[in-house]
Amino acid sequence: MTAASVDTNRRERVTGTSFTRGLGAVTLVGIAWLVLFGLVVTPADVNQGESVRIMYAHVPGAWLAYLAFVVTAISSAMYLFRRTRSLVWDRIAGASAEIGVLFMGISLVTGSLWGRLTWGTFWTWDARLTTTAFLFITYVGYLAVRNLGGTHHQRARRSAVLALLAVLEIPLVHFSVELWNSLHQEASVVGNTDVTMDGLMLFTLFLGVIVFTLMYVWMLMHRQRSLTLQDMVDDIGLDVALAARRAEAGSS
Amino acid sequence: MNVSSTFRVARLIAAKDLRVEWRSRVVTNQVLPFAVLVMVLFAFALDSDAVLERVAPGLVWLATIFSVLFLVARTYAVETADGALDALRSAGVDPMGIFLGKTAALAAQLLVLEALLVSAAVILYRADPTPSGTVLLVTTALVATVGLASVGTLYGGLAAGVKGRETLLPLLLLPVVAPVLIGATRATESAFRTNGIAVSEGWPWLGLLAVFAAIFSVVGAVAFGSLIDE
Amino acid sequence: MSSDGSSTPSAAIEFVDVVALIGSFPALAGVTMRIERGEIVLLRGPNGAGKTTLLRLCAGLLPVERGTARVLELDLTIDRDSVRRRVGLIGHTNGSYPDLTVTENVRFWGRTIGATDDEVASAMARMKIDGRLADVPVSRLSAGQRRRTALASLIARRAQLWLLDEPHAGLDAEGRDELDAVLRAAAAAGATIVVASHELERAGSLATRQIEVVAGQTREVGGGT
Repeated sequence: MTAASVDTNRRERVTGTSFTRGLGAVTLVGIAWLVLFGLVVTPADVNQGESVRIMYAHVPGAWLAYLAFVVTAISSAMYLFRRTRSLVWDRIAGASAEIGVLFMGISLVTGSLWGRLTWGTFWTWDARLTTTAFLFITYVGYLAVRNLGGTHHQRARRSAVLALLAVLEIPLVHFSVELWNSLHQEASVVGNTDVTMDGLMLFTLFLGVIVFTLMYVWMLMHRQRSLTLQDMVDDIGLDVALAARRAEAGSS
Repeated sequence: MNVSSTFRVARLIAAKDLRVEWRSRVVTNQVLPFAVLVMVLFAFALDSDAVLERVAPGLVWLATIFSVLFLVARTYAVETADGALDALRSAGVDPMGIFLGKTAALAAQLLVLEALLVSAAVILYRADPTPSGTVLLVTTALVATVGLASVGTLYGGLAAGVKGRETLLPLLLLPVVAPVLIGATRATESAFRTNGIAVSEGWPWLGLLAVFAAIFSVVGAVAFGSLIDE
Repeated sequence: MSSDGSSTPSAAIEFVDVVALIGSFPALAGVTMRIERGEIVLLRGPNGAGKTTLLRLCAGLLPVERGTARVLELDLTIDRDSVRRRVGLIGHTNGSYPDLTVTENVRFWGRTIGATDDEVASAMARMKIDGRLADVPVSRLSAGQRRRTALASLIARRAQLWLLDEPHAGLDAEGRDELDAVLRAAAAAGATIVVASHELERAGSLATRQIEVVAGQTREVGGGT
């Protein structure tokens, strides 16, 4: 796909390939399957009733958010190593972080709703939830830094360092909140998202994780490609700007 | 760059930062009063001596963290006033040395700030540390300060050259320092014997603070160069 | 090695088709030039032509987007750090700490490369900022005096390549004469000096060569008078 063949005015399936189309189809089937099992087939919980069904979205959402940020961290590291330095890694890192923020938002909202339904509160300060909230803000900051401008490599280097620092924060924040909570007795009862599950519920949970992972991969591939196109537009812009700049000198 | 020249640069930069502060007195005249003012405002907001005494440790460290934002902004304003940071970069001065020097100077200023805030807590909130509590308090302040200064210098360097830096710095810095807030507050609670917590319960929190300080001082020293570069 | 009559003079700056960006704007759109050691070169051209960017690039402050760039025989695309240590840039800012005195500033910069207090003192003497001015905070100096402080810092740092952006700006006639004398002496002592300036008459008489910068590119002009 050359730059010249990209007509940004036409609506084209530019970032799709047969692989992503196939993946998308499989994902859709998976989502339908998950909805069916999660909402209809699996039984309600003994203690929590129907509200336990939120778990099928909340747990995979959280899992994917963390996966996304690990991918961001690894891609950032790959960019920073001289031998594998390439803007491809930077774009993967950025795309993954965007999706991670999205999934983290989903996880926080579903977790909050679940808490309201089950224990009557929208929020508890348990380690997992609090760390998730902190990570959310941290990665919003990461995305803000990505949009600061400059050349692509400047953006890549800044973001890469920041992503690795953010990954360091995860265990630190989690650990300190956990320690903090060990002082408060009620944390072990309220906000405890561990549910005794029968085989079918467990299966549906794994299904949810797999389906969400497929969704993540699909979104990552598309977003990474659209970021590539954006960078290419910038570069075309550079060639155009170079030509224009040189033409300024034309008269003399 | 060998180790001794890095430390030479660090000493040079730290001395320069402190000398600039000594001349301009911006921190003494503006940031320290701000910190005390925050403590007073907390009292207005919380409006209860009993509550204040209970939350005094948290308020001390909250005020500290808010003040860190100003201290970091100030230390980099000094560098960008006449393009000195650019000049340091263009002179090829060892970035690790710059990081260590600025962190040391920032830490020194922070320690003065914390001493002031603890005194304010004793006076305004009737905090009451014991002798053994004071040892814990001093150690906590030292370790927490290393962490805060390292993180502040690092993220301040990232925000120094960019647009929107005044709002970017808090967004980046505040989430990162959460572990310090938690650890330092708990340790200080023990030192102040708030809620009957024994002094001995405070020492484990120092472990958390020490890990934080170790990680960010090392990572900061290594990563600083690439963050201030173009 | 400086060119002292040996058969292969070494170039201070060698650029081939260099492109440099400010954000996404190509401030330099293909610069090709060669400057020998010991030269005093004047960069002239209209505002926005890229003179400042060119100087900053030579100082190692900007990344090279395209092309080959060598400064003091070091490759700018690989090793900006080594280039930086040997080069001094004085632009629209002076790189000083306004709250500190002249002596403290020059001594600070000298010490970054381990210069002794004697070297610092001699650098200050050469720029005539020792004596009365030495203990005045830089914030209280005139533009010309600040310029001289910056130059003294450059000397104290033993810079081999001097990059000066509008150095005559804000100086009175006497200040400009002094500056010219210093620059000639520095070039004679082996430094290479590149000056970007609008002051064609004065800088033209100072320079051994002139290069015109227009729209991000360069071309030779006739030599200095």
